[in-house]
Amino acid sequence: MSYRPDISIDIPTESADPTRKINLKLNGQEITRVVSTRVLLSDFIRHNVGLTGTHVGCEHGVCGACTIIINERSSRSCLMLAVQADGAEIQTIESECGSDGTLSVLQQAFMDCHGLQCGFCTPGMIMNIRSHFNSGEKLDLSDEGIREMISGNLCRCTGYANILLAVRQAAKQLGKG
Amino acid sequence: MKPPLFTYYLANSVEDAVQQLAENPGARIIAGGQSLIPAMNFRLASPDMLVDIGKIPGLNKISIISGAVVVGANVRHRDLELSSEVFAVQPILRQAIVNVAHVPIRHRGTSVGSICHADAAAETPMILILTDGWVTVTGPGGSRKIKAQDLFKFHMTTAIDPDEMAVSAHFPILPDGAGCSFREFSRRKGDYALAAVGAIVKIDNQGRFETVRLAACGIASTPKRLTHAEDALIGQKMNQSVLDRAAKVAGQYVTAPDDTLATNAYRRHLLSGLLKDVVAQAAGLKAEVPT
Repeated sequence: MSYRPDISIDIPTESADPTRKINLKLNGQEITRVVSTRVLLSDFIRHNVGLTGTHVGCEHGVCGACTIIINERSSRSCLMLAVQADGAEIQTIESECGSDGTLSVLQQAFMDCHGLQCGFCTPGMIMNIRSHFNSGEKLDLSDEGIREMISGNLCRCTGYANILLAVRQAAKQLGKG
Repeated sequence: MKPPLFTYYLANSVEDAVQQLAENPGARIIAGGQSLIPAMNFRLASPDMLVDIGKIPGLNKISIISGAVVVGANVRHRDLELSSEVFAVQPILRQAIVNVAHVPIRHRGTSVGSICHADAAAETPMILILTDGWVTVTGPGGSRKIKAQDLFKFHMTTAIDPDEMAVSAHFPILPDGAGCSFREFSRRKGDYALAAVGAIVKIDNQGRFETVRLAACGIASTPKRLTHAEDALIGQKMNQSVLDRAAKVAGQYVTAPDDTLATNAYRRHLLSGLLKDVVAQAAGLKAEVPT
C-alpha cells in the first residue's frame, strides 16, 4: 500500500462543460490538468486527482471537513473553484505523513489522545491545525484558545475534549506556543 | 451541491473586468468567493459569467492614505485583521473582523467582497457605516465614490451598478482621543450576528460625550447608524440613566421580523445590552459606570 498516492495520472471526467487548463503544485508535485470551470477545488482533488483524504461534508463552508492548505493558509476547498487555484501551492492531508507512512507528530498525537473516532473530520482538522502551527503566530494553548483554533471544524464524535489534548500534546512536542 | 454552468473569465485589469461586466449583463465579480460560491452551490445564485478579479495586480494592497485605511478589492479579511499598522490607526477593524466566520474563511474572503455582498448581519459593511467610510467603484464611465450611508439599500443590495466594480473600501482612521469598541452576539462561534454594535466615542475634558458614532447590524434589512441613540448621548455625562435612555432609543432601529433565530423583541433586548457595553468600553469606563 502506498501512503503517497500517485497523482501523475489524469483521471478523465466526462463533461460537456467549458474547460480551462490549470497548473498547480500539489503536495510538492507540479501538475497540469484541464478542468471544467465549474468544478469545485474539493471535487477536483478527489475526482480528477484521486486524493480522497480531503473529505466533503456540507459543501457550503460550515463543517470544515474539506479544509486544505493553499499558499500556506488553511482554506475551504469546497468554497473555491479549481480554476481559482491556478498557480497555487496546495497541501492536502496526504502530505502530512512520511512517504513510508510514518505519522507526523500531529497525527501521532491524535492517535495517542484518541482525538478521532469515525475520522471524517480529521483531515480538515489536521490541515487547519497544521496551518496554525506553521503560521509563526504565537498560539494560545489554553482550552479556550484551542477551541477557538478549531472552531471552524465540526466533529460529531469526540466532543472535542480529546482533540484539545491532541493539539496541546503536538504543540508542546513541536515547541509551538 | 454543484454550481450551475457559467462562463469563467480571468480578468487582467480593472478595465478588463469592467468591460466584461458591461458586455455581459448576467456577469458577476468573484474575488474570495466565500459567500458567492456557497450561494452558487445552493443554486441561490446562477450568474451567466464569473469575472475573476483574483489575479489583477495591485488590488491586494492595504494603505493608509490621508486619514483613511484604504483596502483593495483583493485584500483578505485575515490580512486586515493581522495588520499592526491598521490596528494602530483604526482598531475597530480588528475588533470586528475577528468575529467574521473562522480563520480558514478569513484567509480567502475579502473585506471589499463582504461589503459588496451586503449581508445585513455582516460586520464589515457595518464598520464602513460606523467609520463614515466609502467605496470607490469603477464602471464604463469612470470611477466614483459611494459613501457608506448611500451604499446599502436592502438585504444583499447595494448602490453599485451591475456594470461597476468596487475597487477599494476606505475606512477613516480613529479620531484623536477617541475610543472604540465592537461586540456581537451569535448563537455559535463564527455565525452571523443576531445583533452587533460598534461604537466610536470621544469624551471631552469635562467628562461629557463630545463625539459619538454608533452602528449596528443584524437588526434590519441593512446595517444601521443609530443616530438617535448618538443624540441621546452627545453633551451628556456618562451615567447609567443616560446609557439606558440611549439603549432604549436605539430599539426603534430594530425592524427585523421574528425569524427562526430570534424575535424582534429579543433583538431589541440584545441591541440594548450590547450598546451599553460598547459605549462604556469605548469611553474607557467599563469598570465603573456611575449610577
